[in-house]
Amino acid sequence: MMKNPYIPYEVNILDAWYEAPGERCIKTFKVSFADEKVWDTWSHLPGQCAMVGIPGVGESMFCISSSPTEKGYLRFSIMKAGKNTASLHELEAGDSFFIRGPLGNNFPMEEWKGKNIVTIGGGIGQAPLRPVIQWVRDNRGDYGELELVYGARTSQDHCFKAEFEEINQAGDCACHLSIDVEEEEWPHFVGFVPSLLMEVAPKPDNAIAVTCGPPVMINFVLQNLEKLGFAPEQVYTTLENRMKCGIGKCGRCNVGHLYVCKDGPVFSYAQLKEIPEAFA
Amino acid sequence: MAVQKLSKDKVAEALGELCKFRLIAPAKSDDVVVFKRIDDPAEAYLEYGNSTIPPKKFAFPQTETLFRFIKGSPELTEANVEEEGTTVIFGLRPCDARAMAIVDKLFAWDYDDPYYLKRRELTTLVGMACIEPPSVNCFCTSLGGSPFGTEGLDILLTDMGDYYLVQAFTDKGKKLEKTLSSQLEDGSAGDEKKAKEMALASEGKIRRSIDTDGVPEKLPDLWDNELWQKVSAACLGCGICTFLCPTCHCFDIQDEVEEGEGRRCRMWDSCMFSEYTVHASGHNPRPTRKERTRNRVNHKYSYYPGRFDVIACVGCGRCINLCPVNIDILDILEQVVDA
Repeated sequence: MMKNPYIPYEVNILDAWYEAPGERCIKTFKVSFADEKVWDTWSHLPGQCAMVGIPGVGESMFCISSSPTEKGYLRFSIMKAGKNTASLHELEAGDSFFIRGPLGNNFPMEEWKGKNIVTIGGGIGQAPLRPVIQWVRDNRGDYGELELVYGARTSQDHCFKAEFEEINQAGDCACHLSIDVEEEEWPHFVGFVPSLLMEVAPKPDNAIAVTCGPPVMINFVLQNLEKLGFAPEQVYTTLENRMKCGIGKCGRCNVGHLYVCKDGPVFSYAQLKEIPEAFA
Repeated sequence: MAVQKLSKDKVAEALGELCKFRLIAPAKSDDVVVFKRIDDPAEAYLEYGNSTIPPKKFAFPQTETLFRFIKGSPELTEANVEEEGTTVIFGLRPCDARAMAIVDKLFAWDYDDPYYLKRRELTTLVGMACIEPPSVNCFCTSLGGSPFGTEGLDILLTDMGDYYLVQAFTDKGKKLEKTLSSQLEDGSAGDEKKAKEMALASEGKIRRSIDTDGVPEKLPDLWDNELWQKVSAACLGCGICTFLCPTCHCFDIQDEVEEGEGRRCRMWDSCMFSEYTVHASGHNPRPTRKERTRNRVNHKYSYYPGRFDVIACVGCGRCINLCPVNIDILDILEQVVDA
């Protein structure tokens, strides 16, 4: 970890592309440290985050959307929402920005060994699930079945389209996609993600469900997982809140007694259902 | 070393000696007393109750630079706190010193905050016992403090009339005593005995109290209680309760750029402001003053003790004294106890 946790590392953009268009477009950045030596001490796990920004503009917290099994680069998939993300979106391959991390806790990948894993994502919520999926695929023998449930408003809003296609073709896991409203030539499910989840109906035996997406989706996904027989201890999600320091000092990101930046972003539903502020 | 004393006619000389450091002492500023950098002993004003603004800013400045940069250049230059030099905060009240000891836990929790901790390392705290409670709203004794409390202090001074009793508790305090060896003289065991009696007398004059036993555990159960609506109804959201609180440590981080030269800085922030938690999407998980007041009270009286085994309030009474609409933390806590 960094000696001074407020000083960011410069990263060079190796590649950058749009995942989804529109006003709240999503851009993925594939980056590597400007100072190669940082790689010697860098170590992250699926679920962990970094503060990402540009000196003079600001910083915001984003999940690292690549798995540590992907070597030589980190990925961030960022939705344009405010001042900082708008500035980041102006950057292209060859440009640089700054990151501080890795921050926060991680999905307990070690604990999940031997279990079936189902990920349930909505929109940009697939970004923190991507490293889980990649990690499991790169350590295939350690885990049971992997099942992917993912939806977005329209087919254009789907993130990681090429990867989902690749996963489908590889055939090493089941992949279920949805859009909210009917489109011509859409071969998959039409409807909201919680409905698709009921359609797929994963079995809770020896299974873990991980869900990330907009709060309203998470709310219904949690209810439906309960209907499917998943215990709160088997269900994980990530939270987000406005953050400044990312290291549990600046105060603002707490839900109840938990700091999202340090105690999270990964929480089990068993932890969160005791905290009314968790879904505020 | 025997207990020391400082004759009042040597105080100016002692302060003059301490001016070779960065000396912070109470001083009059218009109608209020504030802690400020003193270069001339005559500026110090020691016959005060308590300062309007706590001296926390000398460990945790209201605004400070984290690093500097030239816009467009990848070079980041870390701010060097060491340059501020050795600091003596002279004459602070025991509650404010205890507040620093409480906040130290947060800034050393898991990730060391290099700026805060360096400043604390460079700072010696010379306290001034409260021979009378400075305010009708003092309630330090309800929270484990005392008008003569020594937690967080390197030296405690007690006004004995013609002289101050000088008690040093730490290596830093003893080192400072050596610096002042020409001004100090030996005190007596009788002085210490008398100070103990004075402490009891002062504690007896504290008018307000609250029994905080069980409050940290009870607060989360009162999440949906109607008391939060009631106690926050008058709140203006001005944030003075947090800005004047010696244990409030929340901050914002902002970048400033002027003619290409930039700095990333942090500044005090307040959980009583709506912008504090608002997301880039516009969603605010604490949309009204009800949620923000509930968070402030929970943070101090439940979350902080849950994590650090100490309530993040020292009972200085500033938030009560200076709230423009008379919101009273003790009233809130009484409602919590009674709920």
